[in-house]
Amino acid sequence: MTDKLLMAEKAALRPEVPPFSPGDTVKVHVKVKEGEKERIQVFQGLVIARKGGGARETFTVRKISQGVGVERTFPVHSPVLEKIEVERHGQVRRAKLYYLRDRRGKAARIAEKRDN
Amino acid sequence: MINGILGRKIGMTQVFEADGTVVPVTVVEAGPCLVVQRKTKDNDGYDALQLGLVGRVSPRRLTAPAKGHFEKAGVPPTKTLGEVRCDADEKAAPGDKVLCDIFAEKEHVDVVGVSKGKGFQGVVKRHGFAGGAATHGSMFHRAPGSIGPSAFPSRVFAGTRSSGRMGGKQTTMKNLVVVRVDAENHLLYLRGAVPGARNTVVKIVKKLSGKAGRGAAA
Repeated sequence: MTDKLLMAEKAALRPEVPPFSPGDTVKVHVKVKEGEKERIQVFQGLVIARKGGGARETFTVRKISQGVGVERTFPVHSPVLEKIEVERHGQVRRAKLYYLRDRRGKAARIAEKRDN
Repeated sequence: MINGILGRKIGMTQVFEADGTVVPVTVVEAGPCLVVQRKTKDNDGYDALQLGLVGRVSPRRLTAPAKGHFEKAGVPPTKTLGEVRCDADEKAAPGDKVLCDIFAEKEHVDVVGVSKGKGFQGVVKRHGFAGGAATHGSMFHRAPGSIGPSAFPSRVFAGTRSSGRMGGKQTTMKNLVVVRVDAENHLLYLRGAVPGARNTVVKIVKKLSGKAGRGAAA
């Protein structure tokens, strides 16, 4: 990518994205529009992937809702996201955690990252 | 009114609208350009402005006629020249600057450029022929099929679509919407794709008539 394109993209980026990576548990505050009203919905789950770069970057959050796995993919810089909160940093060895889709319960746990 | 400018394709990215809608955009570095020549109906048979896209050019690379042409206009030499049509009463003179702020957001433009060369391609890619079945013993895959009867006319009609060189031709994308104008950095954000590879020189012309494109102001 050229410098000029990077510069052009910069305007589209949101300033306050906290550092988070696959394995982390996040709370995503999403603006939901219902008719006239707008409210905030929180989607909490595990980040299983981050894809793309620049203004096009997206991340996928997976959670188990009523026994069913639910995944949502958000653009990192979308104005629909009110904020992203990082709840917990997970210790993982790969960038894409798609293997978690085949796991249930205890097997789908991720160890917390210890800083030392 | 100057209704066109030369630019250089930077690349594609996306921008968000307030409601989160993603708009695919091509970023074009449009200008700055200098008017090099004012063509008039009396002298040249039509009214137009010849523009030069400002950029450094080695004096050694200039031919003597080109050098004279720029000297006559009193402008520093530019690498690329292009023309945009103008009205008969256009006042712009050689040396005048043309910047991307001649465009406004939500305005419609046509973009002219040379498409990416695809090389020698078959009829399926080049002309959208359907081709045959891949399996079930079809034995007919991507061939053109019959190109005409035999006894009469006993020849292939001129213009019959066939395989050959594809791309690398002047292409016009019509009705692109200007999403954003960044006058400070000479950048135009145009909704959708623009012909050619990155760094291709393109001409952006105001849409003066015709139907509105997607995402345009009502």
